[in-house]
Amino acid sequence: MAKYWHEDIETMPREDMRKLQSERLVAQVKHVYEHVPYYRDLMDKKGVKPDDIQSVDDLHKLPFLSKADLREAYPYGLLATPLSDCVRIHSTSGTTGKRVVAFYTQHDIDLWEDCCARAITAAGGTEDDVCQVAYGYGLFTGGAGLHGGSHKVGSLTLPMSSGNTERQIQFMRDLGATILCCTPSYAAYIGETLHDMGLTPDDIKLKAGIFGAEPWTEEMRRSIEKSLGIKAYDIFGLTEISGPGVAFECAEQTGMHINEDHFIPEIIDPETGEVLPEGTVGELVFTSITKEAFPLLRYRTRDLCVLSRKKCSCGRTLIKMAKPMGRSDDMMIIRGVNVFPSQIETVLIEQGYSPNYLIEVDRKNNTDTLDISVEMTPEQFSDKMKDVQEKERSLAAAIKTMLGINPKVHLVSPKTITRSEGKAVRVIDRRKLHD
Amino acid sequence: MDTIKQFSVFVENKQGKMAELTRLLADAGIDLRTLSLADTRDFGILRIIVDQPEKAEDLLLENGWTFKVTSVIGIKVPDCPGGVATVLETLNDANVNVEYMYAFVNRTPGRADTVVCVDDEQAALSALRSKNIEILTAEEAYDI
Repeated sequence: MAKYWHEDIETMPREDMRKLQSERLVAQVKHVYEHVPYYRDLMDKKGVKPDDIQSVDDLHKLPFLSKADLREAYPYGLLATPLSDCVRIHSTSGTTGKRVVAFYTQHDIDLWEDCCARAITAAGGTEDDVCQVAYGYGLFTGGAGLHGGSHKVGSLTLPMSSGNTERQIQFMRDLGATILCCTPSYAAYIGETLHDMGLTPDDIKLKAGIFGAEPWTEEMRRSIEKSLGIKAYDIFGLTEISGPGVAFECAEQTGMHINEDHFIPEIIDPETGEVLPEGTVGELVFTSITKEAFPLLRYRTRDLCVLSRKKCSCGRTLIKMAKPMGRSDDMMIIRGVNVFPSQIETVLIEQGYSPNYLIEVDRKNNTDTLDISVEMTPEQFSDKMKDVQEKERSLAAAIKTMLGINPKVHLVSPKTITRSEGKAVRVIDRRKLHD
Repeated sequence: MDTIKQFSVFVENKQGKMAELTRLLADAGIDLRTLSLADTRDFGILRIIVDQPEKAEDLLLENGWTFKVTSVIGIKVPDCPGGVATVLETLNDANVNVEYMYAFVNRTPGRADTVVCVDDEQAALSALRSKNIEILTAEEAYDI
């Protein structure tokens, strides 16, 4: 079994990688300066010329791009090649505002699919595998990316898209799928449906799952691994940079290797923009050094995470990023306290509850309220009123310990919280309506 | 049988939930012998005794209701002042804790049949018998 997809790149000595990155960065900055007036203006304003960028050490001199720039330049303002050279677009879900549209040349598609092939290979995928792609197909990059990666690897690809869960399980059984690619919340739902159908992990052949496109916790990983009888691998990406496969996990499961021959990562202080040293938590920034059509330089992801160059047992030398603690726009400020949904999820799963929950934030009498509805299993239900209330109280206390603020916990019947087939909606913040 | 099968069903505090549950049982021809509702702001626990417990259990399971089957004791309490007090004193003297209690719709003159859920059924049954307090059997409860 092949251990790597691109062994030379994935295990390249650090100095060689720096050299490769520097060469590519210098060329990319010239390409962007020449073809993207929007970015040229930003560089000119900052007084930076392409000649000032001689190696990766000069990266910090370049101006940042943010989501606001993408909106302002929508749709063609950051395009660096003629449209006739482009073969495809993808788009973000637009949940946090105007959609972002990204363009791809055939070269861009190829490198992206190669990144996904590296991820599938790291998860143990080969041409002998059957890869079930249950990410949404269409504008969303999830389906297309893993589909392309699976083709490259030569696995038999089941282009399921998301939804129709019983059919997913039927195909999984009939065609012996060994690798499942979807969002973690959908993987949890597939696991739940499998058990509802009276089946166990022994009835399927899945061995691995590649899950991403939304934040998920280590506790959720263990719960999915158990319910599907698999090893669950994290994958990271964003449409602005290409899609899934910007970073991927290996068997060590201690962070995701960034495909840094294509995407140079930096961690910055979100307030000052200053580059932070390795091992410090900050905002993740990517510079795309090989893409032709939509090459973003120093794009601020709003994801908060840590980078590490610690030696990995898998033999890859690619830098690793920790699971993002949350996108800075997922963060809620409730009664002055920073709250990430992932913190609440961690407590729920630790306390034995299902990953099906809904967080509702509102403002009543000028005070923020935090209501968390959690599904209870039939086994957790008790005939005694005080037992149920005690469960709500102890869960609320555990969440208070984690967050420092008191939530109101509501236990609800199983299967009453809407399941997601793609990115789960776990937070409803009604305070925005009042503003 | 000395103990009665009771269904405790978790009912979210949403409009129409109780109607939905009782209609489900009604359409299957299941008769409610008695019921009691404990409620909080968010949810309630509807406790019911029905004439066809096996059928009711399958039906609730198939329709995804969250419930527990609990065994409770039926007591034929004399319908006179001190009837309930005597029963409770008897249980108390035997160190039996009553979790909750409620009454059947009364059909036998002179008797107020009551349901109790206790922490120690065997102790409760022998204490009641020693005081000659009559137990309502499961068959009687389902068939009242």
